[in-house]
Amino acid sequence: MSLTHQDVARIAKLARIAVTDHEIEAVGQQLNTIFGLIEKMQAVDTTDVEPMAHPQDDALRLRADVVTEPDRRDAFLAVAPQVEGGLFLVPQVIE
Amino acid sequence: MINATLKTLSQQLAAHAISSEELAGLYLERIAALNPALNAFITVEREQTLAEARAADATRAAGNAGPLTGVPLAHKDIFCQQGWKTSCGSRMLDNFISPYDAHVVERCRAAGLVTLGRTNMDEFAMGSSTENSWYGPTRNPWDSAAIPGGSSGGSAAAVAARLAPVATATDTGGSIRQPASHCGVTGLKPTYGAVSRYGMVAFASSLDQGGMMAQSAEDCALMLNVMAGFDSRDSTSVERAPEDYSRDLAAPLAGLRIGLPREYFADGLSPDVARVIEAAIAELKRQGAQLVDISLPHTELSIPAYYVIAPAEASSNLSRYDGVRYGHRAAEYGDLVDMYEKTRAEGFGTEVKRRIMVGAYVLSHGYYDAYYLKAQKIRRLIANDFVAAFRSCDVILGPVAPTAAFNIGEKCDDPVEMYLSDIYTLSVNLAGLPGMSVPAGFATNGRPIGLQLIGNYFAESRMLNVAHQFQLATDWHRQSPAL
Repeated sequence: MSLTHQDVARIAKLARIAVTDHEIEAVGQQLNTIFGLIEKMQAVDTTDVEPMAHPQDDALRLRADVVTEPDRRDAFLAVAPQVEGGLFLVPQVIE
Repeated sequence: MINATLKTLSQQLAAHAISSEELAGLYLERIAALNPALNAFITVEREQTLAEARAADATRAAGNAGPLTGVPLAHKDIFCQQGWKTSCGSRMLDNFISPYDAHVVERCRAAGLVTLGRTNMDEFAMGSSTENSWYGPTRNPWDSAAIPGGSSGGSAAAVAARLAPVATATDTGGSIRQPASHCGVTGLKPTYGAVSRYGMVAFASSLDQGGMMAQSAEDCALMLNVMAGFDSRDSTSVERAPEDYSRDLAAPLAGLRIGLPREYFADGLSPDVARVIEAAIAELKRQGAQLVDISLPHTELSIPAYYVIAPAEASSNLSRYDGVRYGHRAAEYGDLVDMYEKTRAEGFGTEVKRRIMVGAYVLSHGYYDAYYLKAQKIRRLIANDFVAAFRSCDVILGPVAPTAAFNIGEKCDDPVEMYLSDIYTLSVNLAGLPGMSVPAGFATNGRPIGLQLIGNYFAESRMLNVAHQFQLATDWHRQSPAL
Protein backbone atom coordinates (compact mmCIF):
# COMPACT_ATOMS: atom_id res chain seq x y z
CA MET A 1 0.00 0.00 0.00
CA SER A 2 1.26 3.47 -0.83
CA LEU A 3 -0.61 6.68 -0.07
CA THR A 4 -0.77 9.30 -2.79
CA HIS A 5 -0.71 13.04 -2.12
CA GLN A 6 -4.44 12.97 -2.72
CA ASP A 7 -4.89 10.31 0.00
CA VAL A 8 -2.81 12.33 2.45
CA ALA A 9 -4.87 15.44 1.75
CA ARG A 10 -8.06 13.45 2.33
CA ILE A 11 -6.75 12.02 5.64
CA ALA A 12 -5.67 15.49 6.79
CA LYS A 13 -9.14 16.76 5.95
CA LEU A 14 -10.76 13.93 7.95
CA ALA A 15 -8.47 14.75 10.87
CA ARG A 16 -9.18 18.51 10.57
CA ILE A 17 -5.48 19.30 10.46
CA ALA A 18 -4.19 21.81 7.92
CA VAL A 19 -1.28 20.31 5.95
CA THR A 20 0.58 22.65 3.61
CA ASP A 21 1.68 21.60 0.11
CA HIS A 22 5.33 21.52 1.13
CA GLU A 23 4.57 19.30 4.19
CA ILE A 24 2.53 16.78 2.25
CA GLU A 25 5.48 14.85 0.82
CA ALA A 26 7.12 14.24 4.20
CA VAL A 27 3.81 13.43 5.94
CA GLY A 28 2.95 10.95 3.19
CA GLN A 29 6.33 9.22 3.47
CA GLN A 30 6.04 8.79 7.23
CA LEU A 31 2.46 7.55 7.03
CA ASN A 32 3.57 5.03 4.40
CA THR A 33 6.34 3.74 6.71
CA ILE A 34 3.81 3.36 9.52
CA PHE A 35 1.33 1.57 7.30
CA GLY A 36 4.16 -0.70 6.17
CA LEU A 37 4.52 -1.76 9.80
CA ILE A 38 0.78 -2.13 10.30
CA GLU A 39 0.42 -4.32 7.19
CA LYS A 40 2.17 -7.14 9.09
CA MET A 41 -1.19 -7.86 10.72
CA GLN A 42 -2.62 -9.09 7.45
CA ALA A 43 -0.40 -12.20 7.47
CA VAL A 44 -2.23 -13.58 10.52
CA ASP A 45 -5.30 -15.75 10.18
CA THR A 46 -7.93 -14.31 12.52
CA THR A 47 -10.90 -16.32 11.26
CA ASP A 48 -13.35 -16.97 14.12
CA VAL A 49 -11.41 -14.76 16.54
CA GLU A 50 -13.72 -12.56 18.59
CA PRO A 51 -12.53 -8.92 18.39
CA MET A 52 -11.44 -7.46 21.74
CA ALA A 53 -12.45 -3.82 22.10
CA HIS A 54 -11.50 -3.57 25.70
CA PRO A 55 -9.77 -5.38 28.60
CA GLN A 56 -13.11 -5.63 30.40
CA ASP A 57 -15.58 -7.87 28.67
CA ASP A 58 -18.47 -6.95 30.98
CA ALA A 59 -21.16 -4.56 29.81
CA LEU A 60 -20.65 -0.98 30.90
CA ARG A 61 -22.16 0.01 34.22
CA LEU A 62 -25.40 2.01 34.18
CA ARG A 63 -26.38 4.76 36.59
CA ALA A 64 -29.59 6.52 37.53
CA ASP A 65 -30.51 9.33 35.13
CA VAL A 66 -30.09 12.13 37.65
CA VAL A 67 -27.90 15.23 37.76
CA THR A 68 -24.67 14.50 39.60
CA GLU A 69 -22.48 17.45 38.58
CA PRO A 70 -22.70 20.88 40.17
CA ASP A 71 -23.23 23.94 37.96
CA ARG A 72 -19.76 25.37 37.28
CA ARG A 73 -20.59 27.28 34.14
CA ASP A 74 -18.42 30.30 34.94
CA ALA A 75 -15.36 28.19 35.73
CA PHE A 76 -15.68 26.31 32.45
CA LEU A 77 -16.37 29.40 30.36
CA ALA A 78 -13.32 31.08 31.90
CA VAL A 79 -10.94 28.72 30.05
CA ALA A 80 -12.57 29.20 26.61
CA PRO A 81 -10.85 31.24 23.88
CA GLN A 82 -13.90 33.41 23.14
CA VAL A 83 -17.21 33.69 25.01
CA GLU A 84 -20.12 36.09 25.07
CA GLY A 85 -23.29 36.13 27.16
CA GLY A 86 -22.52 32.70 28.60
CA LEU A 87 -21.93 31.12 25.19
CA PHE A 88 -18.86 29.81 23.32
CA LEU A 89 -18.24 31.94 20.24
CA VAL A 90 -17.31 30.39 16.88
CA PRO A 91 -17.32 31.76 13.32
CA GLN A 92 -20.80 32.03 11.87
CA VAL A 93 -22.02 28.63 10.57
CA ILE A 94 -25.62 29.45 9.59
CA GLU A 95 -26.28 32.21 7.07
CA MET B 1 16.75 13.39 53.54
CA ILE B 2 16.74 13.69 49.76
CA ASN B 3 17.26 9.92 49.38
CA ALA B 4 14.58 9.04 51.92
CA THR B 5 11.78 6.70 50.94
CA LEU B 6 8.12 7.52 51.58
CA LYS B 7 8.19 5.32 54.64
CA THR B 8 11.11 7.24 56.13
CA LEU B 9 9.61 10.62 55.24
CA SER B 10 6.35 9.55 56.82
CA GLN B 11 8.17 8.57 60.03
CA GLN B 12 10.22 11.79 60.11
CA LEU B 13 7.10 13.91 59.68
CA ALA B 14 5.22 11.94 62.34
CA ALA B 15 8.14 12.36 64.75
CA HIS B 16 8.19 16.14 64.03
CA ALA B 17 11.84 15.77 63.00
CA ILE B 18 10.94 17.95 60.00
CA SER B 19 7.84 19.89 59.02
CA SER B 20 6.11 19.47 55.70
CA GLU B 21 6.94 23.08 54.85
CA GLU B 22 10.65 22.50 55.49
CA LEU B 23 10.57 19.30 53.48
CA ALA B 24 8.81 20.94 50.54
CA GLY B 25 11.33 23.80 50.73
CA LEU B 26 14.19 21.32 50.54
CA TYR B 27 12.82 19.75 47.37
CA LEU B 28 11.93 23.13 45.82
CA GLU B 29 15.55 24.26 46.31
CA ARG B 30 16.81 21.12 44.65
CA ILE B 31 14.36 21.59 41.76
CA ALA B 32 15.49 25.21 41.35
CA ALA B 33 19.11 24.07 41.22
CA LEU B 34 18.82 21.01 38.98
CA ASN B 35 15.72 21.40 36.84
CA PRO B 36 17.17 23.98 34.41
CA ALA B 37 19.53 21.27 33.12
CA LEU B 38 17.14 18.29 33.40
CA ASN B 39 13.85 19.91 32.30
CA ALA B 40 11.92 17.32 34.31
CA PHE B 41 9.28 19.84 35.39
CA ILE B 42 7.05 21.93 33.15
CA THR B 43 5.50 23.91 35.99
CA VAL B 44 6.68 24.74 39.50
CA GLU B 45 4.56 27.05 41.67
CA ARG B 46 6.57 27.65 44.81
CA GLU B 47 3.87 29.53 46.72
CA GLN B 48 1.14 27.02 45.93
CA THR B 49 3.43 24.20 47.06
CA LEU B 50 4.32 25.91 50.32
CA ALA B 51 0.66 26.71 50.98
CA GLU B 52 -0.22 23.02 50.52
CA ALA B 53 2.66 22.09 52.84
CA ARG B 54 1.49 24.51 55.55
CA ALA B 55 -2.01 23.07 55.27
CA ALA B 56 -0.53 19.59 55.75
CA ASP B 57 1.35 20.80 58.83
CA ALA B 58 -1.91 22.25 60.17
CA THR B 59 -3.67 18.93 59.56
CA ARG B 60 -0.94 17.19 61.54
CA ALA B 61 -1.08 19.76 64.35
CA ALA B 62 -4.82 19.13 64.58
CA GLY B 63 -4.14 15.43 65.00
CA ASN B 64 -5.68 14.41 61.68
CA ALA B 65 -2.57 13.26 59.79
CA GLY B 66 -2.60 10.10 57.72
CA PRO B 67 0.51 8.08 56.84
CA LEU B 68 1.44 10.30 53.86
CA THR B 69 0.26 13.70 55.12
CA GLY B 70 2.87 16.30 54.27
CA VAL B 71 4.87 14.04 51.93
CA PRO B 72 5.74 15.84 48.68
CA LEU B 73 5.04 14.43 45.22
CA ALA B 74 5.15 15.46 41.58
CA HIS B 75 2.25 15.02 39.17
CA LYS B 76 2.65 14.12 35.53
CA ASP B 77 1.26 17.05 33.56
CA ILE B 78 -1.56 14.83 32.27
CA PHE B 79 -3.63 14.81 35.49
CA CYS B 80 -5.99 17.80 35.70
CA GLN B 81 -5.28 19.76 38.84
CA GLN B 82 -7.40 22.73 39.82
CA GLY B 83 -5.47 25.99 39.73
CA TRP B 84 -2.44 24.43 37.97
CA LYS B 85 -1.54 24.59 34.32
CA THR B 86 -2.32 21.15 32.87
CA SER B 87 -0.56 21.20 29.49
CA CYS B 88 -0.11 17.50 28.69
CA GLY B 89 3.16 18.58 27.07
CA SER B 90 1.25 20.34 24.29
CA ARG B 91 1.07 23.83 22.90
CA MET B 92 -2.65 23.07 22.56
CA LEU B 93 -3.05 23.24 26.35
CA ASP B 94 -0.25 25.71 27.12
CA ASN B 95 -2.85 28.22 28.37
CA PHE B 96 -5.07 25.68 30.16
CA ILE B 97 -5.45 26.17 33.90
CA SER B 98 -7.57 23.24 34.98
CA PRO B 99 -10.87 24.16 36.62
CA TYR B 100 -11.11 20.76 38.34
CA ASP B 101 -9.12 17.89 39.87
CA ALA B 102 -8.58 14.44 38.40
CA HIS B 103 -9.65 11.56 40.67
CA VAL B 104 -5.98 10.73 41.26
CA VAL B 105 -5.27 14.34 42.29
CA GLU B 106 -8.31 14.36 44.60
CA ARG B 107 -7.03 11.17 46.23
CA CYS B 108 -3.54 12.61 46.68
CA ARG B 109 -4.96 15.82 48.15
CA ALA B 110 -7.16 13.84 50.52
CA ALA B 111 -4.11 11.86 51.66
CA GLY B 112 -2.35 15.17 52.43
CA LEU B 113 0.35 14.80 49.75
CA VAL B 114 1.94 18.11 48.74
CA THR B 115 2.35 18.99 45.04
CA LEU B 116 5.91 19.96 44.09
CA GLY B 117 5.08 20.61 40.47
CA ARG B 118 4.02 19.14 37.15
CA THR B 119 6.35 16.89 35.20
CA ASN B 120 7.34 16.93 31.54
CA MET B 121 6.08 14.33 29.10
CA ASP B 122 5.71 13.49 25.44
CA GLU B 123 2.85 15.52 24.03
CA PHE B 124 -0.46 13.82 24.95
CA ALA B 125 1.67 10.86 26.16
CA MET B 126 2.58 9.93 22.58
CA GLY B 127 6.22 8.93 22.54
CA SER B 128 8.92 6.83 24.15
CA SER B 129 11.55 9.49 24.83
CA THR B 130 9.96 12.73 26.15
CA GLU B 131 11.42 14.43 23.08
CA ASN B 132 7.91 15.18 21.77
CA SER B 133 7.18 17.83 24.39
CA TRP B 134 6.27 21.41 23.49
CA TYR B 135 8.53 22.34 26.42
CA GLY B 136 11.64 20.62 25.08
CA PRO B 137 13.14 17.24 25.96
CA THR B 138 13.83 16.01 29.49
CA ARG B 139 17.37 14.75 30.04
CA ASN B 140 18.27 11.52 31.75
CA PRO B 141 19.81 12.32 35.16
CA TRP B 142 22.30 9.45 34.70
CA ASP B 143 23.61 10.79 31.40
CA SER B 144 22.54 14.10 29.91
CA ALA B 145 23.06 12.76 26.37
CA ALA B 146 20.43 10.06 26.97
CA ILE B 147 16.66 10.21 26.76
CA PRO B 148 14.84 9.52 30.06
CA GLY B 149 12.33 7.31 28.24
CA GLY B 150 8.73 8.30 27.76
CA SER B 151 6.10 9.33 27.83
CA SER B 152 6.43 9.84 31.62
CA GLY B 153 10.08 10.90 31.26
CA GLY B 154 9.71 13.94 33.50
CA SER B 155 8.32 11.87 36.37
CA ALA B 156 11.08 9.26 35.99
CA ALA B 157 13.84 11.87 35.82
CA ALA B 158 12.37 13.75 38.81
CA VAL B 159 12.37 10.64 41.02
CA ALA B 160 15.81 9.50 39.80
CA ALA B 161 17.33 12.94 40.42
CA ARG B 162 15.63 13.07 43.83
CA LEU B 163 13.63 16.14 42.85
CA ALA B 164 10.60 14.30 44.24
CA PRO B 165 10.28 11.15 46.35
CA VAL B 166 7.39 9.90 44.22
CA ALA B 167 5.59 10.96 41.05
CA THR B 168 2.36 10.05 39.35
CA ALA B 169 2.56 8.77 35.79
CA THR B 170 0.48 7.07 33.11
CA ASP B 171 1.06 4.05 30.90
CA THR B 172 -0.71 3.47 27.57
CA GLY B 173 1.97 1.33 25.91
CA GLY B 174 4.84 1.36 28.38
CA SER B 175 4.96 5.01 29.45
CA ILE B 176 5.56 4.18 33.11
CA ARG B 177 7.69 1.04 32.81
CA GLN B 178 10.08 2.15 30.06
CA PRO B 179 11.10 5.54 31.58
CA ALA B 180 11.33 3.88 35.02
CA SER B 181 13.72 1.35 33.48
CA HIS B 182 15.79 4.01 31.71
CA CYS B 183 16.06 6.19 34.83
CA GLY B 184 16.64 3.43 37.40
CA VAL B 185 13.46 3.95 39.43
CA THR B 186 10.62 1.62 40.39
CA GLY B 187 7.43 2.10 38.36
CA LEU B 188 4.05 0.42 38.48
CA LYS B 189 1.23 0.33 35.95
CA PRO B 190 -1.87 -1.13 37.63
CA THR B 191 -4.48 -3.41 36.07
CA TYR B 192 -6.73 -1.54 33.63
CA GLY B 193 -9.63 -0.20 35.71
CA ALA B 194 -7.83 -0.12 39.07
CA VAL B 195 -7.08 3.61 39.03
CA SER B 196 -9.73 6.05 37.78
CA ARG B 197 -9.09 7.83 34.49
CA TYR B 198 -11.37 10.73 35.51
CA GLY B 199 -9.48 13.96 34.81
CA MET B 200 -6.56 12.13 33.22
CA VAL B 201 -6.19 13.65 29.74
CA ALA B 202 -7.28 10.86 27.39
CA PHE B 203 -4.98 9.34 24.76
CA ALA B 204 -6.25 5.80 24.07
CA SER B 205 -9.03 5.10 26.53
CA SER B 206 -9.02 1.28 26.37
CA LEU B 207 -5.27 1.27 27.16
CA ASP B 208 -4.60 4.32 29.41
CA GLN B 209 -3.90 3.60 33.05
CA GLY B 210 -2.57 5.82 35.83
CA GLY B 211 0.21 4.65 38.12
CA MET B 212 3.38 5.89 39.78
CA MET B 213 7.14 5.89 40.08
CA ALA B 214 9.09 5.86 43.32
CA GLN B 215 12.36 4.64 44.78
CA SER B 216 11.06 1.22 45.81
CA ALA B 217 8.29 -1.32 45.44
CA GLU B 218 7.28 -0.64 49.02
CA ASP B 219 6.72 3.04 48.16
CA CYS B 220 4.74 2.08 45.05
CA ALA B 221 2.48 -0.05 47.26
CA LEU B 222 1.88 2.90 49.62
CA MET B 223 1.02 5.15 46.68
CA LEU B 224 -1.23 2.55 45.07
CA ASN B 225 -3.15 2.41 48.35
CA VAL B 226 -3.82 6.13 47.85
CA MET B 227 -4.55 6.10 44.10
CA ALA B 228 -6.55 2.92 43.46
CA GLY B 229 -10.24 2.53 44.08
CA PHE B 230 -13.65 2.80 42.52
CA ASP B 231 -14.80 6.06 40.94
CA SER B 232 -18.26 6.27 39.38
CA ARG B 233 -17.09 9.04 37.01
CA ASP B 234 -14.89 6.61 35.07
CA SER B 235 -17.13 4.14 33.25
CA THR B 236 -14.37 1.49 33.30
CA SER B 237 -13.40 1.91 36.94
CA VAL B 238 -13.73 -1.50 38.54
CA GLU B 239 -15.85 -1.95 41.65
CA ARG B 240 -13.74 -3.99 44.02
CA ALA B 241 -13.28 -4.03 47.77
CA PRO B 242 -10.38 -1.76 48.82
CA GLU B 243 -7.18 -3.67 49.43
CA ASP B 244 -3.86 -3.05 51.14
CA TYR B 245 -1.31 -3.44 48.36
CA SER B 246 1.53 -3.77 50.87
CA ARG B 247 -0.01 -6.81 52.57
CA ASP B 248 2.10 -9.42 50.75
CA LEU B 249 5.41 -7.54 50.61
CA ALA B 250 7.08 -9.67 53.28
CA ALA B 251 6.08 -13.09 51.91
CA PRO B 252 9.04 -15.31 50.97
CA LEU B 253 9.34 -16.31 47.31
CA ALA B 254 9.88 -20.04 47.88
CA GLY B 255 7.64 -21.94 45.48
CA LEU B 256 6.75 -18.88 43.41
CA ARG B 257 6.47 -19.79 39.72
CA ILE B 258 8.07 -17.17 37.47
CA GLY B 259 7.22 -17.42 33.79
CA LEU B 260 9.97 -16.51 31.32
CA PRO B 261 8.47 -15.80 27.89
CA ARG B 262 10.73 -17.27 25.19
CA GLU B 263 9.83 -14.40 22.85
CA TYR B 264 11.23 -11.82 25.29
CA PHE B 265 14.69 -13.39 25.23
CA ALA B 266 15.02 -13.80 21.46
CA ASP B 267 16.81 -11.75 18.81
CA GLY B 268 16.85 -8.02 19.34
CA LEU B 269 17.65 -8.06 23.06
CA SER B 270 20.90 -6.22 23.70
CA PRO B 271 23.70 -8.13 25.51
CA ASP B 272 23.62 -5.53 28.32
CA VAL B 273 19.94 -6.09 29.03
CA ALA B 274 20.25 -9.88 28.65
CA ARG B 275 23.09 -9.95 31.21
CA VAL B 276 21.17 -7.82 33.73
CA ILE B 277 17.95 -9.84 33.41
CA GLU B 278 19.83 -13.17 33.68
CA ALA B 279 21.43 -11.96 36.93
CA ALA B 280 18.04 -10.92 38.31
CA ILE B 281 16.57 -14.32 37.42
CA ALA B 282 19.48 -16.00 39.23
CA GLU B 283 18.77 -13.93 42.36
CA LEU B 284 15.07 -14.84 42.38
CA LYS B 285 15.95 -18.49 41.82
CA ARG B 286 18.33 -18.29 44.78
CA GLN B 287 15.36 -17.12 46.87
CA GLY B 288 13.47 -20.28 45.96
CA ALA B 289 11.45 -19.17 42.95
CA GLN B 290 10.80 -21.75 40.31
CA LEU B 291 11.42 -20.83 36.67
CA VAL B 292 8.84 -21.80 34.08
CA ASP B 293 9.37 -21.66 30.33
CA ILE B 294 6.35 -19.97 28.75
CA SER B 295 5.42 -18.68 25.32
CA LEU B 296 3.61 -15.51 24.28
CA PRO B 297 3.57 -16.33 20.56
CA HIS B 298 1.81 -13.18 19.35
CA THR B 299 4.23 -10.74 21.00
CA GLU B 300 5.57 -9.36 17.73
CA LEU B 301 2.07 -8.54 16.53
CA SER B 302 1.52 -6.27 19.51
CA ILE B 303 3.37 -3.50 17.62
CA PRO B 304 1.11 -3.31 14.55
CA ALA B 305 -2.04 -3.96 16.62
CA TYR B 306 -1.13 -1.24 19.11
CA TYR B 307 -0.21 1.26 16.41
CA VAL B 308 -3.69 0.81 14.94
CA ILE B 309 -5.74 0.76 18.14
CA ALA B 310 -3.96 3.57 20.01
CA PRO B 311 -4.05 6.05 17.07
CA ALA B 312 -7.68 5.14 16.34
CA GLU B 313 -8.71 5.92 19.90
CA ALA B 314 -6.48 9.00 19.92
CA SER B 315 -8.03 10.40 16.75
CA SER B 316 -11.41 10.15 18.43
CA ASN B 317 -10.31 11.46 21.85
CA LEU B 318 -8.28 14.37 20.46
CA SER B 319 -11.16 15.61 18.31
CA ARG B 320 -12.14 17.61 21.40
CA TYR B 321 -9.28 20.06 20.73
CA ASP B 322 -11.10 22.31 18.33
CA GLY B 323 -10.32 25.77 19.67
CA VAL B 324 -13.86 26.26 20.97
CA ARG B 325 -14.13 25.37 24.65
CA TYR B 326 -10.55 25.48 25.97
CA GLY B 327 -6.95 25.49 24.87
CA HIS B 328 -5.31 27.05 21.86
CA ARG B 329 -7.20 28.81 19.07
CA ALA B 330 -5.45 30.03 15.91
CA ALA B 331 -5.14 33.81 15.75
CA GLU B 332 -6.40 34.09 12.18
CA TYR B 333 -8.98 31.98 10.40
CA GLY B 334 -11.87 32.13 7.98
CA ASP B 335 -14.84 29.83 8.50
CA LEU B 336 -15.41 27.23 11.23
CA VAL B 337 -13.60 24.37 9.46
CA ASP B 338 -10.67 26.66 8.72
CA MET B 339 -10.54 27.55 12.40
CA TYR B 340 -10.44 23.85 13.38
CA GLU B 341 -7.76 23.02 10.83
CA LYS B 342 -5.47 25.94 11.65
CA THR B 343 -5.96 25.58 15.40
CA ARG B 344 -5.04 21.89 15.27
CA ALA B 345 -2.15 22.41 12.83
CA GLU B 346 -0.64 24.98 15.23
CA GLY B 347 -1.57 23.35 18.53
CA PHE B 348 -0.39 19.78 17.87
CA GLY B 349 3.19 18.62 17.34
CA THR B 350 4.38 16.32 14.54
CA GLU B 351 3.97 12.95 16.29
CA VAL B 352 0.50 13.77 17.59
CA LYS B 353 -0.64 14.87 14.12
CA ARG B 354 0.82 11.71 12.64
CA ARG B 355 -1.08 9.48 15.06
CA ILE B 356 -4.34 11.38 14.64
CA MET B 357 -4.03 10.95 10.88
CA VAL B 358 -3.24 7.23 11.15
CA GLY B 359 -6.27 6.88 13.41
CA ALA B 360 -8.56 8.87 11.15
CA TYR B 361 -7.51 6.68 8.23
CA VAL B 362 -7.92 3.27 9.90
CA LEU B 363 -11.39 4.27 11.10
CA SER B 364 -12.48 5.72 7.77
CA HIS B 365 -15.10 4.20 5.52
CA GLY B 366 -13.86 1.09 3.72
CA TYR B 367 -10.81 0.51 5.92
CA TYR B 368 -12.36 -0.23 9.31
CA ASP B 369 -12.45 -4.03 8.91
CA ALA B 370 -8.99 -4.32 7.39
CA TYR B 371 -7.30 -2.32 10.15
CA TYR B 372 -9.28 -1.57 13.29
CA LEU B 373 -11.29 -4.79 13.45
CA LYS B 374 -8.23 -6.84 12.47
CA ALA B 375 -6.21 -5.18 15.23
CA GLN B 376 -8.94 -5.95 17.77
CA LYS B 377 -8.85 -9.62 16.78
CA ILE B 378 -5.09 -9.71 17.22
CA ARG B 379 -5.59 -7.99 20.57
CA ARG B 380 -7.72 -10.97 21.59
CA LEU B 381 -4.98 -13.41 20.53
CA ILE B 382 -2.44 -11.44 22.60
CA ALA B 383 -4.70 -11.42 25.68
CA ASN B 384 -5.34 -15.16 25.25
CA ASP B 385 -1.57 -15.78 25.21
CA PHE B 386 -1.39 -14.31 28.72
CA VAL B 387 -4.42 -16.25 29.96
CA ALA B 388 -2.73 -19.47 28.82
CA ALA B 389 0.65 -18.44 30.30
CA PHE B 390 -0.80 -17.66 33.74
CA ARG B 391 -2.08 -21.24 33.99
CA SER B 392 1.51 -22.34 34.60
CA CYS B 393 3.04 -19.36 36.41
CA ASP B 394 2.23 -16.71 39.05
CA VAL B 395 4.16 -13.80 37.60
CA ILE B 396 5.94 -13.16 34.31
CA LEU B 397 9.44 -11.72 34.13
CA GLY B 398 11.36 -10.22 31.24
CA PRO B 399 13.07 -7.08 29.98
CA VAL B 400 11.25 -3.74 29.80
CA ALA B 401 13.03 -2.51 26.68
CA PRO B 402 15.50 -4.10 24.25
CA THR B 403 18.28 -1.65 25.17
CA ALA B 404 19.23 0.87 27.84
CA ALA B 405 18.29 4.49 27.08
CA PHE B 406 19.24 5.65 23.60
CA ASN B 407 20.64 9.10 22.82
CA ILE B 408 18.55 12.22 22.49
CA GLY B 409 17.90 12.74 18.78
CA GLU B 410 18.85 9.17 17.84
CA LYS B 411 15.40 7.98 16.78
CA CYS B 412 13.64 11.26 16.09
CA ASP B 413 13.56 11.01 12.32
CA ASP B 414 12.10 7.52 12.10
CA PRO B 415 8.84 7.01 14.00
CA VAL B 416 8.78 3.28 13.23
CA GLU B 417 12.25 2.78 14.73
CA MET B 418 10.92 4.39 17.92
CA TYR B 419 7.76 2.21 17.89
CA LEU B 420 9.82 -0.99 17.65
CA SER B 421 11.46 -0.27 21.01
CA ASP B 422 8.06 -0.76 22.68
CA ILE B 423 8.01 -4.49 21.87
CA TYR B 424 8.00 -5.83 25.49
CA THR B 425 5.55 -3.36 26.98
CA LEU B 426 2.68 -2.92 24.50
CA SER B 427 1.06 -6.32 24.93
CA VAL B 428 0.54 -5.72 28.67
CA ASN B 429 -1.65 -2.70 27.87
CA LEU B 430 -3.49 -4.53 25.10
CA ALA B 431 -4.34 -7.30 27.58
CA GLY B 432 -5.02 -4.81 30.44
CA LEU B 433 -2.61 -6.50 32.88
CA PRO B 434 -0.53 -4.87 35.65
CA GLY B 435 3.19 -4.43 35.07
CA MET B 436 6.25 -3.05 36.84
CA SER B 437 9.77 -1.97 36.12
CA VAL B 438 12.30 -2.69 38.86
CA PRO B 439 15.92 -1.42 38.77
CA ALA B 440 18.17 -4.42 38.09
CA GLY B 441 21.55 -3.14 36.93
CA PHE B 442 23.43 -0.97 34.48
CA ALA B 443 24.60 -1.11 30.90
CA THR B 444 28.36 -0.95 30.27
CA ASN B 445 27.88 2.74 29.44
CA GLY B 446 26.45 3.36 32.92
CA ARG B 447 22.79 3.74 31.95
CA PRO B 448 20.22 1.97 34.17
CA ILE B 449 18.31 -1.15 33.16
CA GLY B 450 15.06 -2.34 34.71
CA LEU B 451 13.43 -5.74 34.73
CA GLN B 452 9.77 -6.07 33.93
CA LEU B 453 7.29 -7.98 36.06
CA ILE B 454 3.84 -8.74 34.68
CA GLY B 455 1.10 -9.84 37.04
CA ASN B 456 -2.24 -11.48 36.48
CA TYR B 457 -5.35 -9.27 36.57
CA PHE B 458 -5.56 -7.44 39.93
CA ALA B 459 -2.53 -9.34 41.26
CA GLU B 460 -0.59 -6.15 42.02
CA SER B 461 0.21 -7.25 45.56
CA ARG B 462 1.86 -10.44 44.28
CA MET B 463 3.93 -8.47 41.78
CA LEU B 464 4.91 -5.97 44.49
CA ASN B 465 5.88 -8.88 46.72
CA VAL B 466 8.33 -10.18 44.11
CA ALA B 467 9.77 -6.70 43.51
CA HIS B 468 10.16 -6.03 47.23
CA GLN B 469 11.90 -9.34 47.93
CA PHE B 470 14.24 -8.63 45.02
CA GLN B 471 14.96 -5.17 46.45
CA LEU B 472 15.67 -6.59 49.91
CA ALA B 473 18.49 -8.62 48.36
CA THR B 474 19.82 -6.02 45.91
CA ASP B 475 20.68 -2.33 46.04
CA TRP B 476 20.12 -1.27 42.42
CA HIS B 477 17.07 0.74 43.47
CA ARG B 478 19.08 2.65 46.07
CA GLN B 479 21.65 3.95 43.59
CA SER B 480 21.27 7.50 42.44
CA PRO B 481 23.02 9.56 39.79
CA ALA B 482 25.81 12.00 40.71
CA LEU B 483 24.34 15.46 40.12
